[in-house]
Amino acid sequence: MIEFRDATVVAPGLDGDTTILHPTILTLREQRVSVIGGNGSGKSTLARLINGLVEPTAGAVRVGGSAGAGAAPAAATPDQLLDTRQDGPAVRRTVGFVFTDPAAQLIMPTVIEDVALSLRRTHRVKSERQAAALEVLGRFGLAALADRSVHTLSGGQKQLLAIATVLASDPAILVADEPTTLLDLRNARRIGDLLMSLPQQVLTVTHDLDLAARADRTLVVEAGRVVFDGTPADAIAHYRERALR
Amino acid sequence: MSEPSPLGAYSSRRGPLHALLPGAKLLMLFVFAVLAVALRGPGWTTLWLGIAAALIGLAGMGWRDFVRVARSFGIVAVLLFVFTAASAAISEAGGWGSFPPADAWAAGALRGYGVVGSLFALILAASAVTASTAIEDMTDTVTWAIGPLRRFGAQPERVALAFSLVIRAIPTTIGIARETRDAARARGLERSPRARVVPLVIRTVAQAHATGEALAARGIGDDEAAGRD
Repeated sequence: MIEFRDATVVAPGLDGDTTILHPTILTLREQRVSVIGGNGSGKSTLARLINGLVEPTAGAVRVGGSAGAGAAPAAATPDQLLDTRQDGPAVRRTVGFVFTDPAAQLIMPTVIEDVALSLRRTHRVKSERQAAALEVLGRFGLAALADRSVHTLSGGQKQLLAIATVLASDPAILVADEPTTLLDLRNARRIGDLLMSLPQQVLTVTHDLDLAARADRTLVVEAGRVVFDGTPADAIAHYRERALR
Repeated sequence: MSEPSPLGAYSSRRGPLHALLPGAKLLMLFVFAVLAVALRGPGWTTLWLGIAAALIGLAGMGWRDFVRVARSFGIVAVLLFVFTAASAAISEAGGWGSFPPADAWAAGALRGYGVVGSLFALILAASAVTASTAIEDMTDTVTWAIGPLRRFGAQPERVALAFSLVIRAIPTTIGIARETRDAARARGLERSPRARVVPLVIRTVAQAHATGEALAARGIGDDEAAGRD
């Protein structure tokens, strides 16, 4: 469950403050949420608030859900929610984040080392960590690439690995910021299918309207405001109409 | 797209060095560095280069890797050699009063060979260590080595993470430098230092920022936890 309570983001500047996200009130309990909108509309800021990468300058963002895949996101009650400003480490354990460019997200030189990095907190013994990392890679069909350098992977493999490294720690919520933007049609479809099949609550920021249409609920963001909140079909129609006007 | 540089990169082609404990390799590298700095002269430099070349072979790296490491060091090596040789020749000739004679230049060239050769030997030896040691093993070793300093406030996990990020940054930065060079060439600006240096600095800082963001998003460094076998 994700809750925005008058969450606002204001960036100070030499020419005065700029409001990146106007006060936003939302409660997201749906398993699949998509966020669409133009470039610079505030979609990514909204997504980053959920993981605590960006802190609200006013209001609050709270997240919850039992850690572990398969936990129903709607099961969290409001008093169990974590505040992204106050509970940083716990929030990051609860919310995984996938970036647009997987190359920026992959930190270690080889595939298995990057997954193992995510597991250092939960698997203290190296042999157990390696076995768990291999198991995660196997789950995503990447086991054969375990010893490969991350530099030599294709774009689709990198994004798949980036998602695997995030899901290795079993978060309750996954936020993906334009995860298919850099991918070809086949890999975009593959990543989209994966995101839609996960047991976690998944919020996807995307320009891919086919992917957005597969959600249970879609938000349209424009000029730092959620201007439409409804079914994907209605939200996409609203977005098309405003964007192409 | 050009091949990634072997500098700072792990090689899965196994060589005898892969079997050694990471701590032993780091200790050997330290001793090698101390000796290479302490014992100077053309003869010593040739010896260090020979040992370093052997280490490259023992790390399972091939001739092409050797050449690629040398090319990465090429421009710096030439500049450093010219500077060292000229400084030594001028000093040998007694200062700026007159143009140094041939024997002063010969002595300067030997001095330049000593400095550049020893530095290149160190780079090769370090490449052999990083090529034969997985970053995770290196991280575990550093964490273990710094462990006793925990009581004085040290955070071994963070130090080890910083250590691994520095090693990881080497091939990444070289890759950015190549892309920047190619972009400058594509625009016909290959001779413009500004077109090559400014984007390199900006992109390297941006890469560092993105890495920091990725670490924060994954909660890495949030707590001191992991241990070792």
